[in-house]
Amino acid sequence: MVTILLVFAGGMVGAPSRYLIDRFVQQRHDSAFPWGTLSVNLFGSFVLGALVGAQPPGVVMTLAGTGFCGALTTFSTFGFETVRLLEDGSLRAAALNAFGGLALGVLAALAGYGLAVHLL
Amino acid sequence: MLAAVALGGGLGSVARYLVGSAVPGRPGGFPWGTFLINLTGCFALGLLMVLVLEVWPPRRYVRPFFGVGVLGGYTTFSTVTVEILQRPAGLALLYALCSLAGGLVAVWTGMSIARLTALRLRQRSHRQRSHTQRSHTQRSHTQRSHGEAG
Repeated sequence: MVTILLVFAGGMVGAPSRYLIDRFVQQRHDSAFPWGTLSVNLFGSFVLGALVGAQPPGVVMTLAGTGFCGALTTFSTFGFETVRLLEDGSLRAAALNAFGGLALGVLAALAGYGLAVHLL
Repeated sequence: MLAAVALGGGLGSVARYLVGSAVPGRPGGFPWGTFLINLTGCFALGLLMVLVLEVWPPRRYVRPFFGVGVLGGYTTFSTVTVEILQRPAGLALLYALCSLAGGLVAVWTGMSIARLTALRLRQRSHRQRSHTQRSHTQRSHTQRSHGEAG
């Protein structure tokens, strides 16, 4: 029950943070490319990588990892925006978003992990 | 607006946690839990976005609560990238490609089902309307000829 409450609390902060960051980024460019979702996904991957590297107590991991990072990042919007790019005929942008986004995400997680292991 | 996103995000995250713990998986093996969560979430978002953008009249809180909140909180990108890092190269590549391809197919399937269903319903109501219109004109026609005869 405590675990569920921690996940809920983390998610309640993560999702609106995603909404605000996405809006902030999307207002600053006028291309069709979904930079906002890419930004939150990279940032969240970096933070979760750092958490895994830091190995905090279980309570922190549940709240910040499962709850916050899980809700901060999104796979459904990432997929939907890629399909939208495909429907618009922007094949290159769609491929770049899908493959580039995931590859950069793995690199971001690796960077976070490496930094945490190095610092602690 | 932010409150709807937050509440949805909390609920979606709990749903992710529950589904993730219910799906059996060997540590270090294929992450079936996250895979299943992201696929079902992508399917649901495909359905929802067509309904919100193309079918339903504009409603203020539906997209923030269900789309950004519940489904955004339910699906996760950070867990995928960390799981990829934690797997051996071959399995990591397989998982990455399956997640990408599966997610896109799931979104597309959700969108197509929503579009087809909306089209069917529209056609049916159109048929019914033209059917009732026809029987109305027939009835008034018969009434008129009866009146003429009388």
